[in-house]
Amino acid sequence: MSLKQYETVIILTPVLSEQQMKDAVAGYRGLITDNGGEIVHEENWGLTKLAYPIDKKGTGFYHLFEFKASPEFIKTWELTFRRDERIMRYLTLSLDRWAIEFNLKKRSGEIKSSSTAKEKKAANNAVVELDEED
Amino acid sequence: MSKETNFIFNQTPQVVQKKKYCRFKKHGIKHIDYKDKDFLLKFINEQGKILPRRITGTSLKFQRKISVAVKRARHLSLLPFVADGLK
Repeated sequence: MSLKQYETVIILTPVLSEQQMKDAVAGYRGLITDNGGEIVHEENWGLTKLAYPIDKKGTGFYHLFEFKASPEFIKTWELTFRRDERIMRYLTLSLDRWAIEFNLKKRSGEIKSSSTAKEKKAANNAVVELDEED
Repeated sequence: MSKETNFIFNQTPQVVQKKKYCRFKKHGIKHIDYKDKDFLLKFINEQGKILPRRITGTSLKFQRKISVAVKRARHLSLLPFVADGLK
């Protein structure tokens, strides 16, 4: 069975405690590996503010999975999201070769997203200001 | 009448505009990340609407990709569907 590379972002309800959120994520991680998949990368964005309320909630735990799995698995993967009340939103994409390349470069730090670049710039400015004080 | 206004219009000095270009083609960007919301902010107006490519200068190929990326970001509540004073 050939594996395809996918990427999923899920938003979990802010009602959960930190530990409950981690348990939920661990459960989904297990679901991938149990079904012959393979996790490539994971990112936890923590409790993040939403741009608009979902289910009357202003924040959510974002978690990103990048994984390899068979195309048949995606159906059950998304079905569990729909059944799970802890999940407010999800988005699954199959990655093309540009996207895979982009993610690799982003992880190695070759490409920086605008938001991280901004933070770095702010940090640099702070350093400059400190230097000027000396 | 229309001739006259045309005449006046033609007399006003033309401001030479910088030629617009597609930033994706120029820098060889192949993939647009829907998770990078600060980057996508460049392609939407303050109401959260996607800017036309006649303003941003993006080529059609990448305009389509931008529109998909913005819509994905909206679904994940990274960008608003409607906003007021986003910038």
